[in-house]
Amino acid sequence: MYVAVKGGERAIENAHRLLAHERRGDRDVPELSLSQISEQLGLAVDRVMSEGSLYDRELAALAIKQARGDLIEAIFLVRAFRATLPRFGTTEPVDTGAMRVQRRVSSTFKDIPGGQVLGPTFDYTHRLLDPGLAQGGDPEAPALAETSDVPMPRVTDILGRDGLIEPSPAAETDAPVGDLTRDPLSFPAGRDLRLQNLARGDEGFLLALGYSTQRGYGRNHPFAGEIRFGEVEVEFVAEEIGFAVPLGSIELTECQMVNQFKGSATEPPCFTRGYGLAFGQSERKTMSMALVDRALRARELGEDLIAPAQDEEFVMSHSDNVQATGFVEHLKLPHYVDFQSELGLLRKLRQEFAEANAAPALKEAAE
Amino acid sequence: MNAPTYNFAYLDEQTKRMIRRAILKAIAIPGYQVPFASREMPMPYGWGTGGVQVTAAILGPKDVLKVIDQGSDDTTNAISIRKFFAKTAGVETTTSTDAATVIQTRHRIPEAPLRAGQVLVYQVPIPEPLRFLEPRETETRRMHALAEYGLMHVKLYEDIARFGHIATSYAYPVKVNARYVMDPSPTPKFDNPKMDNCPALQLFGAGREKRIYAIPPYTSVVSLDFEDHPFTRYKFDAPCALCGAEDSYLDEIVTDNKGSRMFVCSDTDYCEGRQAAGHRGTESVAPHKEAAHG
Amino acid sequence: MVEVTGPSDQPLLVADGLTKSYGRLAACRDVSFALYPGEVLAIVGESGSGKSTLLQMLSAQLAPSGGRVSYRMRDGVLRDLAQLGEAERRFLFRTDWGYVHQDPAQGLRMAVSAGANVGERLMAVGWNNYGRIRQTASSWLERVEIDIARIDDAPRTYSGGMRQRLQIARNLVTEPRLVFMDEPTGGLDVSVQARLLDLMRSLVNELGLAAIVVTHDLAVARLLSHRVMVMKEGRVIETGLTDQVLDDPREPYTQLLVSSILPP
Repeated sequence: MYVAVKGGERAIENAHRLLAHERRGDRDVPELSLSQISEQLGLAVDRVMSEGSLYDRELAALAIKQARGDLIEAIFLVRAFRATLPRFGTTEPVDTGAMRVQRRVSSTFKDIPGGQVLGPTFDYTHRLLDPGLAQGGDPEAPALAETSDVPMPRVTDILGRDGLIEPSPAAETDAPVGDLTRDPLSFPAGRDLRLQNLARGDEGFLLALGYSTQRGYGRNHPFAGEIRFGEVEVEFVAEEIGFAVPLGSIELTECQMVNQFKGSATEPPCFTRGYGLAFGQSERKTMSMALVDRALRARELGEDLIAPAQDEEFVMSHSDNVQATGFVEHLKLPHYVDFQSELGLLRKLRQEFAEANAAPALKEAAE
Repeated sequence: MNAPTYNFAYLDEQTKRMIRRAILKAIAIPGYQVPFASREMPMPYGWGTGGVQVTAAILGPKDVLKVIDQGSDDTTNAISIRKFFAKTAGVETTTSTDAATVIQTRHRIPEAPLRAGQVLVYQVPIPEPLRFLEPRETETRRMHALAEYGLMHVKLYEDIARFGHIATSYAYPVKVNARYVMDPSPTPKFDNPKMDNCPALQLFGAGREKRIYAIPPYTSVVSLDFEDHPFTRYKFDAPCALCGAEDSYLDEIVTDNKGSRMFVCSDTDYCEGRQAAGHRGTESVAPHKEAAHG
Repeated sequence: MVEVTGPSDQPLLVADGLTKSYGRLAACRDVSFALYPGEVLAIVGESGSGKSTLLQMLSAQLAPSGGRVSYRMRDGVLRDLAQLGEAERRFLFRTDWGYVHQDPAQGLRMAVSAGANVGERLMAVGWNNYGRIRQTASSWLERVEIDIARIDDAPRTYSGGMRQRLQIARNLVTEPRLVFMDEPTGGLDVSVQARLLDLMRSLVNELGLAAIVVTHDLAVARLLSHRVMVMKEGRVIETGLTDQVLDDPREPYTQLLVSSILPP
């Protein structure tokens, strides 16, 4: 006797209870607080804010806690929340040239106005596991220096003054900036949408694509013109007031790649640009993004389209880890109805095959 | 902290209006895939976000909602989506096909005929019927625009040349209103004839791919085929072991380690309804006492 | 399949002042000619002479910077190709035109059976009977000398010469009136080339096809074409009946080209 499967509802509830239990872990170990996450796992929080497209450290920390440290799951939680938020308007473009810089390096010049500023970086650390950190304790206080008011012009602006790098396409101030979260994507996409897509794109995916351009799949000879990280002011023009008011400041990382020059019969040769921007300190992400952005400009710059990183449809359709993880993981859902029809078809084909192959043997036996 | 609060049926009204506009356009151009600004939903892409957004956009407080997955009301994803709307919209839910005004489905069309006034909402993973023949969206949209469907017939031709018949058992392509070739979502081809001239409105939502399409009531839906190799519906060898139905789609259940099998209706509501009406199969639960004595 | 309408003293295709430039580089300059039904025109020249650019413009795959191409549709009306809608242009490509690529992989679906490769155009214009499609595909395979036992094999299992013959069958199945050929024998062995040229010549004669053949190989021009246009640096420098031009070239450049191949 067979009774159709029931009780899925209770099973789900119990699974979620067990999840909550596992998330908490051993009750004798103190529970993580959101401030511990945002203070001590700051780069994870930065990534969740960037790819979740929502600048809120506390919510990102909550998402990381809820997701048990699974960052794509945390990004998903933030995105789902963000989708429900009302849209008041769009801020003024931030001025990264006026950034209060914590770190700023250029690989194209030995020294630059404002100097090279290393700031907090893993670069030059020896990657040796630190037993001291396992025990905990307070590190030395950071070294201090007088702040200077020396302006820190962007390296690309320095190149731009001599016309050595193509100008950043002047933004049409009246033209609306595309919004992938409000309009469906169609191809070919403008650079605004491409950059937005990349900014939300999965760090690992962009890293691999950026890396592939360096290995010859759409090579574009990049130099890290400048990477800067620090605070910028966010301003908003409220219609009733009529002028821009500051909303606060956010931390950003910006990477401008300076790429192989290019010229044509009508244009003198000059360097070209690739651009990367992310919330918080996200150097790997912004550098990868800048490489891929430049690769995606191949068509515009009249280059041969030969590599995956240059293929707008391929890159933009697969960069989003929330979409990707959902669709890959949906294979866990029941598919038994379709499987049943495939099973039926396969049995039929096998039977037809067996009959077709049995026939000559019978004939031989008869002869 | 920004404590979340949610609107009726989760989505904000602006978003619902946007989705309704897409739905209206889809109804006006049967079978045409209308791009829409799909939102991030609190369930993963590929798990019904398109269907959920369509349902959220059309649901009213008086609607009665049924959700099925694989034909069953009791599979985990169906339960999860049904609970989502019970919680965010507070609408009445049901497992009865007949009692429902909105039915969201994954992979099946209910066995009981639908009636005018009902809406069937399909969850769609890949809305583009030409996708696996031509990966580029720019190219497939052009093919639809010009009604260039030769490539689809190439696929069917290849099936016949190799297997002697069309070897597509689910997501079997159809032509809607004699114009657009459409993917019916991964329903078994057994269900294709139910889409034709159906009194209910059929809406299809693909969240990750950001497309909505529709079959208005009483619209012609023809499964693609050749004159000399016509579309055939899959036929099972045996009736349902529980309710004896001979006209329903069956799940194969493996009953022990030795490979014993039985076949039962995939549409659980249909099967239970028939059993309640006294129909019996070979493996039915022991009949009620009255019947046993009778 | 469809009767060719209109008297053949009216041109089928007319090129008028065709020019294509990229910045300051002119790939093709001021090319004009008329092609008549059933006529085979060879465009010869070295690589870089602009002949491929010209072919792309003639077949509406590349927009000219100047000048225009007109084509006499089956209803007898001469139409400017640039004025055709995309649907009309693609329909022309599926029915009244053929295009034979140098590399058969570009003109065939390599993973799809030969039968379906030939049948695709028929299905695209609405044929809906599997048996008839297959029958027609088989008879075309026979015509291009492909063993019909290979009808269900994909062209990736075919030799280079077979692929090229299959590509021709795929193009001719809708009985087009005009076929464009881009170096149709390039990349094939000499013996294979000879057989293919023979086949093409007899098909062109049987079907009364007009064709525009781009080739750097004067032997191809001599065997297939009625008329020859010689191109150099984007310009047509000499044109005339094939035998005349090849036996008695006037331009020094043509003389050089002719002297660099063996006589027929």
